[in-house]
Amino acid sequence: MDYLLTEEQQMLRDLARQITNERIKPIRAELDEEETFPWDIMNDLAQADLCGTVIPEEYGGLGLGCLENVLVLEALAMGCVGVATTYAASFLGAYPLLLYGSEDQKQKYLPPIAKGEALAAFALTEAQAGSDAGAIQATAVKDGDFYVLNGAKQWITNAGEAEIYTVIAVTDRVKGARGASALVLEKSDPGVSFGKKEKKMGIRASTTREMILEEARIPRDRLISKEGMGFIVTMKTLDNARPGAGALAVGLAQEALDEAAAFAKERHQFGVPIIHFQAVQHLLADMATKVEAARALVYAVARYIDTRPKDYTKVAAMSKLFPTDMAMQVTVDAVQVMGGHGYMREYPVEKMMRDAKILQIYEGTNQIMRNIIGLALNKEYSKKK
Amino acid sequence: MLKIIVCIKQVPETQDVRLDPVTHTLKREGIKSIINPFDLYAVEEALRVKEAQGGKVTLLTMGPPQAEEALREALGYGPDAAVLLSDRAFAGADTWATALTLGRAIEKLGGADLIFTGKQAIDGDTAQVGPMLAAILNIPFVAWARKLTFTDNNRLQVERMMDHGYDAVEVELPALITVVKEINEPRMPSFKAKLKAKKEPIPVWGLNDLGFQPEQVGLAGSFTQVVKVFPPPARGQSETWEGPAPELAARLWQRLKEMGRS
Ligand SMILES: Cc1cc2nc3c(=O)[nH]c(=O)nc-3n(C[C@H](O)[C@H](O)[C@H](O)COP(=O)(O)OP(=O)(O)OC[C@H]3O[C@@H](n4cnc5c(N)ncnc54)[C@H](O)[C@@H]3O)c2cc1C
Repeated sequence: MDYLLTEEQQMLRDLARQITNERIKPIRAELDEEETFPWDIMNDLAQADLCGTVIPEEYGGLGLGCLENVLVLEALAMGCVGVATTYAASFLGAYPLLLYGSEDQKQKYLPPIAKGEALAAFALTEAQAGSDAGAIQATAVKDGDFYVLNGAKQWITNAGEAEIYTVIAVTDRVKGARGASALVLEKSDPGVSFGKKEKKMGIRASTTREMILEEARIPRDRLISKEGMGFIVTMKTLDNARPGAGALAVGLAQEALDEAAAFAKERHQFGVPIIHFQAVQHLLADMATKVEAARALVYAVARYIDTRPKDYTKVAAMSKLFPTDMAMQVTVDAVQVMGGHGYMREYPVEKMMRDAKILQIYEGTNQIMRNIIGLALNKEYSKKK
Repeated sequence: MLKIIVCIKQVPETQDVRLDPVTHTLKREGIKSIINPFDLYAVEEALRVKEAQGGKVTLLTMGPPQAEEALREALGYGPDAAVLLSDRAFAGADTWATALTLGRAIEKLGGADLIFTGKQAIDGDTAQVGPMLAAILNIPFVAWARKLTFTDNNRLQVERMMDHGYDAVEVELPALITVVKEINEPRMPSFKAKLKAKKEPIPVWGLNDLGFQPEQVGLAGSFTQVVKVFPPPARGQSETWEGPAPELAARLWQRLKEMGRS
C-alpha cells in the first residue's frame, strides 16, 4: 500500500529499517535470551539522529511530527519490540517536558535526549496504582526552594538506565486528582535509587525496574508546569504516545506475517507447500488484512494529531487499542501457521507472540482504552441531542 | 587538516553476477546496486581519522551516471564532499585504466594525504585498483589494513592482515590504505547527513575535465581484457607449524619424505 509518504518520510523509515536489519535482527534472539539492555543499538539510533525525531530543532532534534515518529517505531518493532520499547519510553519521558516544560527545562533536558546522550523515562505507576492512576501515593512536599519526594514507582521502563525521569507525585492530597504534579528527576539526585530488574514474559531487551524515592530533594524549578497539573500532563503525554504503541503493534505483526508467509511457502506437507491449503491461506489473509487496517488507522490518527487538533484522546486510544489487539491475534496465528516450528525458539515468532502481550497492557490496558473511547462517545452523543 | 579521499565503487548486489558474453564485463541491468561492502569500512576509517586528526573527507568514484546514488548514500555516513567520474569514454576500463582515471582526478583535487579504498570490490574481486592507484600517484600503500595508529602527524603504524596473524608496518603520508572488514564497525548513516546529501551538488568530471585522450581511458586504454571467467581451484589443505627453525626444518624434511613415498 502506498500511504503517500513524502521522500523525507520514506528516507526516515528506510534508515530505521536499516538499523533493524543490520543491527537489531542479527542479535534480537540473544538480547531476548540474555535479557541485555541494548546500549549498542541505542548508540546506533543516536548516531542516526533518531533519538530526537519529535524534539524541535532548536533543542537538537529533527522537529518532526507524530507520523514520522510512528514510521520509525513501526520499522524498529519489525526488529524487536523490546528494543523499540526502550526507544519509545524515552519519548514518553520527554513528552511532559516537550509539552509543558519551561524554556529553561527544555534547554537543559531536551538536547541530551535528542542527541541520544541521555535516555528518559516516565514514572507514574505504583504498586496500588495501575489503571487507577489517581490512587498514587508518592508525595512531593515543598520545602523552601526544594521539593522532597517519597514513594516507590513500579515497573518503570528504562529505570536505572535513564538519566532523566518525569515523575508524577501528589503535592496536595486534599485536592484528589487535581493534587498531583509532574516533576523532573535526575538519576543522580539524592534519595533516588532503583530496584532489581524485573523478569518478564517478553520485551526482555527492555529494562523494567522500581524507582525508589527516599527523601529525594530536588530544586523547586524541577516542577513541570504548575502544581496540580500532574494528570493533565500525564493524559496529554499518553495521548501523544499511544499511536506509537499502535505503531509498535503494526511493525511486530507485519514481521510475524512475513515470517509465517515465507515459512508457509517453504514448508511441504502432503506433497505441497502448506500455503496451498486454503485453511492456511485464510489465516494469512486475515492476518494481512488486519495488519493493513491497523496501519491505516495508526497513520491516519498520527496525521490527524499532526494537524494539532484540540482534543484527540479518543482517536489516540483507538490507535492503541485496535492495533495492539490485532498484534496479539496475528502473532498467535503466525505461530499456528508455523506449527511446531513456530513454537521453537530457533524461529522468531514465539518471541513475537510473547512480546505482543505487553502492548495490550502498558500505556493503559486495552480495557482502559475502551473506557476512554466509551466515555468520549457518551459525551459526544449527549452533545448531539 | 588532513586531505582524505575515499575511493568507492557501486557494485551489483547479487552474488551470481552475469557476464556480458562479448566483452566479458559485468552485466548490470536489472540488478540492484549497492556500495561495495568493503568500501563502507574505508569510509568509516576515513571518518575516524578525520574525527581524531581533523581534516576533510572526499568521496570519489568512477562509474555510470547512476553511480551518483552510491555517492549520495555514502555521504549519508558523514563525508564532506563527493566527485563522480563519468564519461562514455571511461566505460569498459580495466583496473589500470580505472586507477589512471582516479589518479588524475585526485591530482585535480590537489592530491591527498591519505587515500582509502576497500581491499577489493565484490564484483571483479581483483584487489588491484588501490595498489595501482598508489603506484600511479607514486606514493606508498598498505593493503589489507586491519588497524591504523598515528605515531605522529604524518606517520602511520598499520597492521596488515595476513592469512595467519598480521604484519606491523609503518608508512609515511601521503599514503594509500586498503582496508579489510576487521578494521572497524561502520556507523549507521545519520538522518541529517542524508538530508544534506540529497541536496549536495556532486561535480561530474569527464574525459575533458581530466585532460585525457579517448584512447587513454576506458576499454581503449585498458591493457588487459577478460577472456574467460572461472572460479579458481580450491586451495589444498594447509597447516601452520610454529617453533624453532631447526626443529621446523627437520619436521618439514620428514613430511616431504613421507609425501614423496606415497
Ligand atoms: C513491562 C511493563 C512496562 C511498564 N512501563 C511503565 C512505565 O514506563 N511507566 C509507568 O508509569 N508504568 C509502566 N508500566 C505500568 C503499566 O502502565 C500498568 O501495568 C498498566 O497501566 C496496568 O496497570 P496494572 O498492571 O496495575 O493492572 P490493573 O490496573 O491492576 O488491572 C488489572 C486488570 O483489570 C482491568 N481493569 C482495571 N481497572 C479497570 C476498569 N476501570 N475497567 C475495566 N477494567 C479494568 C485491567 O484492564 C486489567 O485487565 C509498565 C508495565 C509493564 C508490565
